[in-house]
Amino acid sequence: MTRFIAVALTILLLAGNRLCPAAEDAHTETSDAFATDVLPILSKHCHSCHGGENRESGLRLDVRDAAIIGGDSGKAWVAGQSDSSLLIQLVSGVDPDRVMPPEGERLAAEDVTKLRRWIDQGAYWPESLAGVKERNQHWAYQALVHHEPPSGHNVWGINAIDRFVNAKLQEHGLAPSPEADRQTLIRRLHLDLIGLLPSVADVDAFVADERPDAYERVVDRLLASSHFGERWGRHWLDMARYADSDGYEKDNPRPDAHRWRDWVIQAINDDMPFDQFTIEQLAGDLLADASDMQILATAFHRQTLTNTEGGADQEQFRVEACFDRTETTSAVWLGLTVGCARCHSHKYDAISQREYYQLFSFFNNGDETTHLVPKSAEEIEMYQRDKALHDRQVAAVTKQLQSEQALLDHDSANEPSIKPLMEKLAELRKKEPPKPEIKARVLRQRTQDPRTTFVLRRGEFLEPIKDAIIEPAGLATLPPLQPRDENVQADRLDLARWLVSSENALTSRVTANHVWRHLFGVGIVKTANDFGVRGEPPTHPELLDWLALKLIGQHPGGEVNAWSRKSLIKLIVMSATYRQSSQLCQALLDHDPQNQWLARQSRMRVEGEVVRDISLDVAGILSRKVGGPSVFPALPPGIAELSYAGNFKWTVSDGDDRYRRGVYTFFKRTSPHPNLITFDCPDANVTCMDRNRSNTPLQSLVTLNNETFSHAARLLASRILSRQELTSDMDRVNYAFRLCLSRSPTSFETSELLQLISDSRQIFSGQPDEANRLVEGSQALSHASLSDHAAWIVTSRIMINLDEFITRQ
Amino acid sequence: MRSNEHKIELARRNFLTTSASGLGLAAVSAMLQLDGRLASPANANDPVSSTTNPRAVKSPHFAPKAKNCIFLLQAGAPSQLDLFDPKPRLNELHGQPLPDELLDKVRFAFIKKESAVLMGSPRKWSKHGKSGMDFSDFLPHVATCADDILMVRSLHSEQFNHHPGQLLLSCGRASFGLPTMGSWLTYGLGSESQNLPGYVVLTSGRGSSGGASLWSSGFLPSHYAGVLFRNEGDPVLNLSNPLGISAQMQRRSLDTLKSLNESRYWQMCDPEIASRIASYELAFRMQSAAPELIDIKSESATTLSDYGVERAQHPEATGRGNVANAHLSFARNCLLARRMVERGVRFVNIIYEAWDQHSDLEKDLRYNSWVVDQPIAALLKDLKQRGLLDNTLVVWGAEFGRTPLGENRNGRTANTGRDHHPFAFTLWMAGGGIKGGQTYGETDDIGWGVTRDPVHINDFHATLLHLFGLDHLQLTYRNQGRDFRLTDVAGKVVTPWLT
Repeated sequence: MTRFIAVALTILLLAGNRLCPAAEDAHTETSDAFATDVLPILSKHCHSCHGGENRESGLRLDVRDAAIIGGDSGKAWVAGQSDSSLLIQLVSGVDPDRVMPPEGERLAAEDVTKLRRWIDQGAYWPESLAGVKERNQHWAYQALVHHEPPSGHNVWGINAIDRFVNAKLQEHGLAPSPEADRQTLIRRLHLDLIGLLPSVADVDAFVADERPDAYERVVDRLLASSHFGERWGRHWLDMARYADSDGYEKDNPRPDAHRWRDWVIQAINDDMPFDQFTIEQLAGDLLADASDMQILATAFHRQTLTNTEGGADQEQFRVEACFDRTETTSAVWLGLTVGCARCHSHKYDAISQREYYQLFSFFNNGDETTHLVPKSAEEIEMYQRDKALHDRQVAAVTKQLQSEQALLDHDSANEPSIKPLMEKLAELRKKEPPKPEIKARVLRQRTQDPRTTFVLRRGEFLEPIKDAIIEPAGLATLPPLQPRDENVQADRLDLARWLVSSENALTSRVTANHVWRHLFGVGIVKTANDFGVRGEPPTHPELLDWLALKLIGQHPGGEVNAWSRKSLIKLIVMSATYRQSSQLCQALLDHDPQNQWLARQSRMRVEGEVVRDISLDVAGILSRKVGGPSVFPALPPGIAELSYAGNFKWTVSDGDDRYRRGVYTFFKRTSPHPNLITFDCPDANVTCMDRNRSNTPLQSLVTLNNETFSHAARLLASRILSRQELTSDMDRVNYAFRLCLSRSPTSFETSELLQLISDSRQIFSGQPDEANRLVEGSQALSHASLSDHAAWIVTSRIMINLDEFITRQ
Repeated sequence: MRSNEHKIELARRNFLTTSASGLGLAAVSAMLQLDGRLASPANANDPVSSTTNPRAVKSPHFAPKAKNCIFLLQAGAPSQLDLFDPKPRLNELHGQPLPDELLDKVRFAFIKKESAVLMGSPRKWSKHGKSGMDFSDFLPHVATCADDILMVRSLHSEQFNHHPGQLLLSCGRASFGLPTMGSWLTYGLGSESQNLPGYVVLTSGRGSSGGASLWSSGFLPSHYAGVLFRNEGDPVLNLSNPLGISAQMQRRSLDTLKSLNESRYWQMCDPEIASRIASYELAFRMQSAAPELIDIKSESATTLSDYGVERAQHPEATGRGNVANAHLSFARNCLLARRMVERGVRFVNIIYEAWDQHSDLEKDLRYNSWVVDQPIAALLKDLKQRGLLDNTLVVWGAEFGRTPLGENRNGRTANTGRDHHPFAFTLWMAGGGIKGGQTYGETDDIGWGVTRDPVHINDFHATLLHLFGLDHLQLTYRNQGRDFRLTDVAGKVVTPWLT
């Protein structure tokens, strides 16, 4: 930390020197001018709006270094040139519409003269009056600090996380909950890490596993699963506002969008270090010898909307997309909402409008373009096989041709021994397998005719404030962003590296907090999308820093791989804190209803995609294929027609593609699949850092009545009834419970379900037509009567509607 | 289990204080009422309950005039110059170019400035009601309601493309991720209906530019999102039981579901389970309330014919408004809106995407106006006759208006349509505390700009909330560190509109 401050100060001083052209000693004679002539004027007329907490138009005039930088309209003065100094223009009242101060007493003519003289003499502002060189004291901007996990008499748990948590629990007079039972633990791990349920066999094996590392084995198996990337990739897709269509009125499909989605899943499965993951997505195109995949990665910022509405001004929506890139980048990596500063300096967080456009300028020269990239690895492999076969065939014919030609001593094209071979060769060449490539939307640095960035008045793209050119730079409250080549402007690659530099404490805190949030339901900073002064402070600040240091691999005894998400996830799920029971009790509800001190695990309704996936899974029809083009599962009638001018046709996919995981459902922005939206899947128009977890009647209607779910209920019934070894309804109820809830039923639950089965049977024997309608389309079951079969469909429908079924406990 | 009085009391306390999704109180009332243990529903104005139950009726900031709103969203932007704002001078200047200084800083969606010329309106105009309000001959029925109507001719916006314009009109700003008007109202006031959603959307004809973003709850919880109703078949998505599940079977199944969820609740003590139970019970009640709502058989023959729900198609049905029997579904939607208001639905958004007449303005506008004219007039009169108009705000509005210039996009030989025009357009309102029989604001001789009493959409929203007893500056929601409002960073109440 000390080192950082020293570096920061040096840079500030260097910057100051560069901006004050003359050397310090040349100013001795004028050094009094500032104190006697200038400071009293600034203090009397300016500081109330441009000093202390108040920084109207991003300008403060009470601190030298800030004053020299200027405000949203550019520099306040140009040393040596009072005529072209904004300060003089405004206070002298040359433009009656722009006079400073806007209210109250104007500057006397002699005061203006004093200011002019001071500027013309070099605007020397002595060090002794430089004002506070305050650093923003807000916790999130401070450097990471390593804290030893608390130790004491009452040590609890397994790893350091537990010691941090337990210290807080004791502080609040709380005690940790006992470890959850094994059935709950394996179900929790499966849902958290891969978003799928454990099979009955998985549960049985884990419960019976007496090895001391049984739990860790489950964790390792799931972290290595190819479904891990689907689960954690989906979290990333929320933040990336990923969709399969353009958005806005026309909302045209983006048939290539899935290629980048698959890149995300692959990168997360490969545990690509988060710093690399960041750099490739923000600036893959700027890397030396960028690979196809690194260029593809930049599609992160091609998830912005595209407006092809007739008559839309393309420049307006280009600027709009750059706003989105600026704001999404800040939100995802820095946990800051810079959006306010698009129109005016941020009211709460120290982000000036000028700084907003400094960030914006990184994206202003990123052009939207396309790049040919290979399709999936599978298709490439198939292509390579086909191509090799084809090459062999060509080689064989060519060889034959050559040997035939060798027998002739003249021009041979029409010879009967040659002609057919020539034709065959031509035919073969036509059949050369095409390289499986796809044209993907990517971002590429504009080199021709680069754009100049200005602050846009109120964010209006037609109103650039041309007083000052904005150059790319980071935020002043964070460590300085230095271009890799100091003679060249910083670019997106510098920005990306700055975000993940070890000095930048925000990115690692924000990222560790995201991981935590997905494993406990709430972050250590509850406002995962706002680490600014209006956000909630961390409940466990030392733990957050400890996790952030672990994440970046700068940890005493740093056994964790730098920027490895999997390592961080493993560290957390191995803790006793994570393994606690989620059962509530009166004391917990009284003392910590929001569970901020973590005396228990959280119960959470699973996400919309997972609701679908686990229902299809217990029905035995979920396709586990990873990746590929987005699919079109059943959609209720009338939904696709809601899109503009009915320009969209939803043709239900064939075969297994109807039963792919929810993450692969084609996402049409203006008409998204209602099953997903009803369960709070974000609409992909803006970045989503934290999904809602609502609980509404429309959700009940989906799982009770929607075609996908009633189909799942029918198949679940068949699955249960077709198990010959289950000889009684009691056996079947037990199996259904184990399949759906990973546990055995209580006697109360068994008796309730048996009663439902028997009542349903009775109702259906009086309503055979209804029973027939219900079982229609199911596989015939020789050993079950019609009313049995129907009663079991009813029961299965209730199983997948249980609160516990769609809840991660 | 049910005999355990102590546990129930504890549970009740938990619900009141800790439900994360907030349905806790409703859940406990539902559970305990069914158990016969709670005599009456909990006091809706109890501060605890109104913060925990997202549907609970909440007190506004001050006495409201309006309780419900029916918003007639005329998406695509109808021509105010041919319906509400007559411009004789425009007719005189027909065929003339506009002075350069007017065009200098203006952008158009399609018009080519170099060759653009003004286009008069062939409409016949007449004055209606005590105030002599202007209507063109295309809206003869609505014109008869002039004494209830406040005609605002001075609305302006800065968005001149459909989707951004519709977002501004719906959310107060042309950005995604924000709540729409109906979401703000149900968030601010709760829902009066125990069996139906508080915010309902009805559409006629083709899909709108804005699609689902026009009824999104944005960053507000999804309780406050608009629920799309269809006016035929299943009124709400997934409302009908799967084939083979009778009403009797459904109830029997839900009883077991409830019992199992309750037993889980007693074990886990998680108020979210109680919320889930309440959600299933409300879903079940919706299964009968929603079909009853859209079943208009009980309406008198006079009412049905007043709205025109069975009227014959217009002999010259044409254009983008003539899709999927819009003339019938729009009429039916107006009638359903009244039925919803009667049943306590807070906000009904009727969307008719039909008005984007870049060409063929005259015949398309004639048809679209015919589609909406009779049903809207019937709605206003029906509400009034039933004493509902006083507390039901009816709004006709669109994302912008249309240009006095004829549209001359490349290749056009004749001007038969108008382009998008956000600088001055017309919106009208009736009921719900609006002082009818007045025309507010003025545009210049050709309808180009506002010359008196300009009203931005943020001002309109501020006034709309005011009618519901809500101060637009106080109705806020903290998201990403900022307290968001429907009126973004502007908006002032237009007091001359109020009774």
